[in-house]
Amino acid sequence: MNDRALNVIGLALVGVVGAAFLILTPRFAELDAVLELTVFMIMAILALSLALVWGYGGILCFGQSAFFGLGAYTYAIAMFNIGESTGPLLLAIGLPAAFAALLGYFMFYGRISDVYLGVITLTVTLILFNSVNSTAGPEFHIGVARLGGFNGIPGIPPLNIPGNKAAPVDLEGMFYLATASLLATYFGLRWLLASRFGRIIVGIRENERRAELLGYDPRVYKLATFTVGGALAGFAGCLFANWGAFVSPTIFGLAQSAQIIIWVIVGGRGTLIGPIVGCIGIQWLTTALGANQPSGSDWMTNLMANAPFILGIILVAFVLLVPRGLVPTLGDIGHWLLRLRARPAAPSLKPKQAEEG
Amino acid sequence: MDLVVLVAIQVLYAIASLALISVGLAIIFGMMRVINLAHGEFLMLGGYAAIVATSNGMSIWLAMLVVAPIVVGIIGVIVERTIIRFLYGRMIDTMLATWGLSLFLVGLTTAMFGNTTVGISAPLGSFQIGAYRTSVYTLFVIAVATGVLAGIYAVMRWTRLGLLARGTMQNANMAAALGVNPPRVYAITFGVGAALSGLAGAVLAPVSGVFPTIGVAYVAKSFITVIGGGAAILSGTASASVLFGTINQIATFATTPVFGEVALLAAAIVLIRLLPQGITGRFFRRGL
Repeated sequence: MNDRALNVIGLALVGVVGAAFLILTPRFAELDAVLELTVFMIMAILALSLALVWGYGGILCFGQSAFFGLGAYTYAIAMFNIGESTGPLLLAIGLPAAFAALLGYFMFYGRISDVYLGVITLTVTLILFNSVNSTAGPEFHIGVARLGGFNGIPGIPPLNIPGNKAAPVDLEGMFYLATASLLATYFGLRWLLASRFGRIIVGIRENERRAELLGYDPRVYKLATFTVGGALAGFAGCLFANWGAFVSPTIFGLAQSAQIIIWVIVGGRGTLIGPIVGCIGIQWLTTALGANQPSGSDWMTNLMANAPFILGIILVAFVLLVPRGLVPTLGDIGHWLLRLRARPAAPSLKPKQAEEG
Repeated sequence: MDLVVLVAIQVLYAIASLALISVGLAIIFGMMRVINLAHGEFLMLGGYAAIVATSNGMSIWLAMLVVAPIVVGIIGVIVERTIIRFLYGRMIDTMLATWGLSLFLVGLTTAMFGNTTVGISAPLGSFQIGAYRTSVYTLFVIAVATGVLAGIYAVMRWTRLGLLARGTMQNANMAAALGVNPPRVYAITFGVGAALSGLAGAVLAPVSGVFPTIGVAYVAKSFITVIGGGAAILSGTASASVLFGTINQIATFATTPVFGEVALLAAAIVLIRLLPQGITGRFFRRGL
């Protein structure tokens, strides 16, 4: 079986599983499970945005949550001011994209190195967190929407059918929307990465100098990748604001940024399905840890129910032991098994080769 | 006039505290090219070490100036031996691993000390400048920062350890060929950087209090200072602290403390765009 066939089978598998999940879940699952799955789907879109920027673009962005939060806040503020959701939705995608483009201009045209890039994106996230956190007074408002500071903005109106204010999307509708958006994002990114543009950004990731000598301007391509990533994160933020009808500054926070990075590194850089798997797995784990939070028990049990503690161990362990992430590592093992079966004649001549292969 | 003196002291204090929280990071980054995202947590651990020692009856000066650096220095050496040494030359991976370490330490301290602010009251009382009063402790922090910078200069310039460290930093292979043991130098350097972070965290603990997530408040500022400063450890940290500390304090006076920090961070981003190699990439190049 060659790689191309594997690729097609993989795509078809994702499509079938995704469609089955989309159609069947609301019929068989309880409403609270559907609600929880909805947020998993939204976060998976966020994971995909970093999978593109970091996994394929090679841009280590510690501040993906800045665009996520910006999208959520933009949607909330625009929704209070406009009341019909089409405009706010577009703004919640457009504004983070524009912000990403501006920030990307500073970073890529300044030609700063990877490491400084990480620090700058981290700093920007903290700036946003600090600024929004300190806007608690009534004097901070945009139009009729109060920013609310550390209290956040509650009671955000949901999305509605485009053009019809009287038809808001209900909880089940939200699940369909989030899952369909995730599938669309996945296949959209597959298409983007298979296109000429996608080949070039991967080329730049592999060797920036060489790509430049071949006539491609890495700054433009990186800026475009970063902007698309920002738009996607903003879209996820918009859906998130819808899901909880609430945003607070913690979505800009470092904990949120760390989570996104952990999803991608656990799932695997350079794949799209990996970050989705990583995201859902880690989300499920943190929800499960939070659920059996003991009250007043000894500190050892407290520790085991402590999400940062567990996430920290996972991150260190993956960087040291499985640096490529789960999906690529499993893929390697799969390839290795396939090749073992494909060469049954080899052992009779040189018995050692089968083990090496 | 009194106000001018007061503002001058506040600006000096802002500069001193920036230099204090950054210098441990600057040593680790400048000498080993390791980005330690758990730096803020080293500061936090220093604060807790001082507070635990004080509440067990130890003198506050001993707790801050001796116990905290030693405890955090030992933790630093352990971290270097168990995690960092496998990742030399892989900057991005070090960043990620130390970030994981930072989450781990935050979780651990939350479980041990609870998610509340603990503090020790600042000793030394206050003094009068015309119509204003300010705390003597402010002057103490400025003195500690000056002392630490002078101490590092002296060690680097005049001792054998400083010579070995500078040699290993310039060319590790050549140093190894001449009989230096680079892994040992790295472990000591990391330990010293961590110890200085512990000292800074302890000295600032009476001002800010200590809670498990306080590292976040420090980490961005210290990174900005180190990167804004550039490759030279001492002159870089000092010049960037002067620049950012002044901006921060003046913006704080003009508006609020929060926007003072925002001004600091925004100024840093513009600076890195203008001088990607940091201040010492362009000026004071021959500094230490």
